[in-house]
Amino acid sequence: MAADLPHAARPRESGDPALDSRLRGNERNEAIGEPTRRRLAGFARTLRDNGFRIGLAETRDALAILASPAALRPASLRPALRALFCATHSDWERFDEIFVAFWQGYGMRQRQTLSGSPLQSRAPARRLAEAQVPQDALGLPDRVQRRSEGDADAAADGRGRREGASRVEALTTADLRHIVDPEEVAATHALAARLARVMRARLIRREQVRRRGRRLDLRRTIHRSISHGGMPFELAWRRRKIKPLRLVVLLDASGSMSLYTAFFVRFLHGVVDSFREAEAFVFHTRLAHVSPSLRDRDVTRAVDKLALMAQGIGGGTRIGESLATFNRWHAQRVINSRTAVMIVSDGYDTGEPERLGAEMRRLRRRCRKIVWLNPLIGWRDYSPQARGMQAALPYVDLFAPAHNLESLAALEPFLAKI
Amino acid sequence: MNWKREEISDRLAAVGYIADRDIATALSLMEFLKRPLLLEGEAGVGKTEVAKALAAVHEAELIRLQCYEGLDQNAALYEWNYQRQLLAIKTREGAGENADAIEEHIFSEKYLLERPLLAAIRRATPPVLLVDEVDRADEEFEAFLLELLSDFQVSIPELGTIKATSIPRVVLTSNGTRELSDALRRRCLYHYVDFPDVEREAKIILIRTPGIDTALALQIARLVAAVRKEDLRKVPGVAETLDWAATLAGLEVQDLRQEPEAVHETMICLLKTHEDRARLTREVSERLLGKVA
Repeated sequence: MAADLPHAARPRESGDPALDSRLRGNERNEAIGEPTRRRLAGFARTLRDNGFRIGLAETRDALAILASPAALRPASLRPALRALFCATHSDWERFDEIFVAFWQGYGMRQRQTLSGSPLQSRAPARRLAEAQVPQDALGLPDRVQRRSEGDADAAADGRGRREGASRVEALTTADLRHIVDPEEVAATHALAARLARVMRARLIRREQVRRRGRRLDLRRTIHRSISHGGMPFELAWRRRKIKPLRLVVLLDASGSMSLYTAFFVRFLHGVVDSFREAEAFVFHTRLAHVSPSLRDRDVTRAVDKLALMAQGIGGGTRIGESLATFNRWHAQRVINSRTAVMIVSDGYDTGEPERLGAEMRRLRRRCRKIVWLNPLIGWRDYSPQARGMQAALPYVDLFAPAHNLESLAALEPFLAKI
Repeated sequence: MNWKREEISDRLAAVGYIADRDIATALSLMEFLKRPLLLEGEAGVGKTEVAKALAAVHEAELIRLQCYEGLDQNAALYEWNYQRQLLAIKTREGAGENADAIEEHIFSEKYLLERPLLAAIRRATPPVLLVDEVDRADEEFEAFLLELLSDFQVSIPELGTIKATSIPRVVLTSNGTRELSDALRRRCLYHYVDFPDVEREAKIILIRTPGIDTALALQIARLVAAVRKEDLRKVPGVAETLDWAATLAGLEVQDLRQEPEAVHETMICLLKTHEDRARLTREVSERLLGKVA
C-alpha cells in the first residue's frame, strides 16, 4: 500500500470545487517526508488488519491531516484520525488502543483478536488442511478446539484418549469440525433452504405500485394520464409490499449441548446461506456474532472458523447473560418487526433464572416470534425441569424438540406459521 | 486546519452547545476534508443537537430530512404538484392549446415541489443538511443518498440535471436499528456520541435552564449519571435531564439532599417506562442520592 500512496495523492483534474480544495491540500502533502508517509501507510495497514474498512481516499485524507497544523499537536491528531478512520462503534472502541500501540509503542505487528471480530476468521487458515483430512486420519487433536466434556488436562492428553476411543466417546467429544459427511451436509442445507422458502414472506407496511390494490396512487395515475391528455384512464394503485422474514438464531454451544452442536452449526450454516436475511450467534459463557464467518460457502471452512469462536467451552452456560448482551448490543440492529428469533439450547443455565426471565421478556417485546428448540425434549423422560427453562417458557411461542434432522424437518409446518 | 478546534468549541459554546473535545475536532475536520459526518449513539445523547449547533455556528439554514421506512425519492428529493398540474391541463385544454405546449408548461419549475435534498443543493449559501435517523430508511434509499452525496447533482427526467449551487454540510445520524452499508460509512467521518460526563452535563444544564444554581446543576448531573448506571430499559438522555432540571428548578428545590421526596416524585421526567419506574423504588433513589449528593 505504501507504494500506492504517492500516486493516489497526485492531484487530478476535477470540476468539483470541494474536491479541488482537497487536492490542493494534497500538494502541500509533498512536503511530508517519506518516513511519515510510510508510517501512516503502516498504520492504515494495521487498522485494515484489525477489520477497519479503509480505502485510498481515507489514507489520502489522513495525509492531508498530517500536513495541516493539527499534526503539530498530537492531542488533536488522534481524534482527527479517529473520526476519519472509524466507521462503526466497534471500530471506535478499539481505535485508541491500536493508535497507542502503533504510534507510541512498537509497530503493532499482531492482529488483535477480540471476541466476535470477523477477522478472527482469517486466523485458522493453517488448520484448514487438517480439517479436510478424513476423520480417522486426524492426528493430534488440538486442545483448544476439542469439545471435550472433561477438563483441559484430559483434552490435552488427547493422544491417549484417542487410542482407546470407543464409539460413544467419539460422539461425546464431537468436534465442531467433524462434520464432513457430504450427504449429511447436503441434507441439512436442503432443510434450511426449505425452511427459508416457507418462512420467507411477510407483509409490511410499506407499499408499492400495483395494477390492483387498496389505495389509489395519485402520482402515478396522473403521470400516466398525461399521454391521454390529462384524462386518468389508467389507474395506479398501491399495495402493501412483501418482505422476507428475518431469522436470528442463537445457538447454545456449551458443554451440555456438545452432542448436538455439530449438527446445529451445520444447520446454522444452511440458514445463513439460504435465508435472505439471517443472523447467527453462538453463546456459552459469552455471546459471539458468527454470521460473517458463516457466510463462507465452503462449509468446512465456515465451521472451522466457527470452532475457533466457540472456544472457551466449559464453565457452564450463562444464557441470561448472553441474552442480555444480545439485547443490549445486537438486538436493535438485527431485529426488526419481521424477525423470528430461534434459540437452540437445553436450558441448563448456570446463571440466575430471574435474569434469564427478564431478558426473555425484553426479547419478547422486540421480535415477532420466539422459537425455542430443545434437543433434550427428544429424550423419553424429559420434562422441562431446568430452572432456566422454566423461567424462559412463558415467553416462548414454539417450544419444540430438535435433536436431529428428522425432528427438525418435522417442525417445518410449525415454523412456516411463525 | 483553517479552523482551530478551540475556535469551534468557543463558537459552539456561544450558540449554546457544550461540545466535548472530540466532536469539535470532528466538526473542524468535516470543514477541512469536506466530508459528511456520521453520528451514532444511543437515543437522547444529542446527535441532532450537533447539527443544529453547526447550523447556528455557520449562521446557515438547517434543512432536515427525517428518514423512515418507506421513504422514497419523491418524499426526499422532489415532487410534482399534481393537483396544480391537473388544473393547468384542464384550463389550457379549454383555451385550445396543443398538447406539447401544455406538457412543456406543466413540467416547469413552477410546478416543482422542493423536498429537503433538492432544497439543500439549491441554496445560494451552503446550508446544513441533517439526514436524521438514516438507519430507518431502506437500503435503496441509502444507495441513492450515497450517489447524491458524492455527485451533488440530481437528474429530474422532465427537467434535466440540476447541479448543486452550493455544497451543503451534511450530518447524518443513526440509532443503529439497521446496519448501514460499508459504502456510506466509508464516505463519512464517524463520531460516536456518548452520554456527556458529569461536568459537561452540568454545563449543559446551566446553559439551558435559566436561573439554576451551579451546585444544584452539578448534583443533578451526578445523580443522572448514577441513574444511567442502573440497569434500565430506557436510559435517560440529555433532554430528560433538562426536563428534570427545569422541573426541580420550578419546584424551587435548592439542594437535592434536603428534598428526597421531591427528587423521587419528579423522577418521572427521567424514567419513561413502567418497568424502569418500578425498578427505581424510593429506596433506590435514596441510595443513589446518598451516594452522589
